[in-house]
Amino acid sequence: MALSAEEASRFVVLLEENQDDLVGAWTDRVAATLRGRLSRTELQRQTADLFKGFQLALAGGATDLAHEPAAELRAQLTELSGHRARQGFSTTETAVSVYSLKEALLAKLGDDLAGLRDYIAFSAFIDAAALFTFDSYVRVREELIADQAEQLLELSTPVVKLWEGVVAVPLVGTLDSARAQVVMERLLQTLVDTGSPYAIIDITGVPAVDTQVAQHVLKTVVAARLMGADCIISGIRPQIAQTIVALGIEFGDIATKASLADALRYVLNKNGSRKHRER
Amino acid sequence: MERVPVLKIGDILLVSIQIDMEDQVALQLQEDLADRIVATGCHGVIIDISALDIVDSFVGRTLATIASISRVLDAETVVVGMRPAVAITLVELGLSLPGIRTALNVELGMDLLARNRAEEYDDRDDEDEDEAETPAVNAS
Repeated sequence: MALSAEEASRFVVLLEENQDDLVGAWTDRVAATLRGRLSRTELQRQTADLFKGFQLALAGGATDLAHEPAAELRAQLTELSGHRARQGFSTTETAVSVYSLKEALLAKLGDDLAGLRDYIAFSAFIDAAALFTFDSYVRVREELIADQAEQLLELSTPVVKLWEGVVAVPLVGTLDSARAQVVMERLLQTLVDTGSPYAIIDITGVPAVDTQVAQHVLKTVVAARLMGADCIISGIRPQIAQTIVALGIEFGDIATKASLADALRYVLNKNGSRKHRER
Repeated sequence: MERVPVLKIGDILLVSIQIDMEDQVALQLQEDLADRIVATGCHGVIIDISALDIVDSFVGRTLATIASISRVLDAETVVVGMRPAVAITLVELGLSLPGIRTALNVELGMDLLARNRAEEYDDRDDEDEDEAETPAVNAS
């Protein structure tokens, strides 16, 4: 519900006449919900800024939050909720920072029917503003989560050199398609960069192996073979071995070892016999 | 039409593909290689595809054919330097290039060929020894 032009102008007048009182009352209410986690001076500054934003938007002729003159106000709201989201405030605490203006307003409006009508109209505008903060809060949080997921992806897929000509990938955590892709690309690239003919894929840290995970691992092994490197799968826990057999997953002629140490010994043996023959 | 050069290094023929593998180029290479193997009597072929961005199914099959042809002519073929992206694509397409030996780079490819030759001769030596022993047992 949008404000009518007269309501907006009455709103502006009301805000101007009671500026200090309103900002004061508003800050008090916000401070009460945040329980001292932000200093009063900082809150005072924030609310005063927002207050000015409301004034400017309404004075500019905005009767709806989506209108052009309210662009500045929207930017302020986005910034406020972004701050609150990063500092770990809840959604309620963020939304209350805007909603409290309503309560402050109610005290300043007359008790008669006209006053109540105005109050309802003003509230609608403030509600829209609060909903907007809510939206931006969620957006900021989602960005945070996406960032963290990406960092996790970077963190959890190292390719380490174990021995001359042997690299290992210790897989930790659930292997979904996106991660499997990253692991595969990184492993293959490392094989090329280091010229290592052997790679050990250690799945000790993978909590469960289903057909999809097995598929990913198998694809990696086949791709490595195409490039001329041999892959050994190690770190298969008893539980996982049972699942693999129960699911009917075939590893074919791919070497599987119980532990990383076994895999390394196997590779060194192969390598050793190779060196031996060359002599 | 562009041609892929075939270089002879010792007992090995080295083919480094630096141009886009079009179907005609692949077929030409197949013919050239067969000729060169017979002409030089080499026992190993290394095909370096590290400059190739794309290996389609035709090129894949041609590589397999080249491998088979050279095996008939007593030369082992090793495909070296396949890029990770190419390998992933081939796997996704379900092409695993059966019958082709691969190595990470030219050096490892040469190692592999040398080892194969050595093993072959070892086996022959073993056979010779076996033959040498058998009559001796009979004689006693």
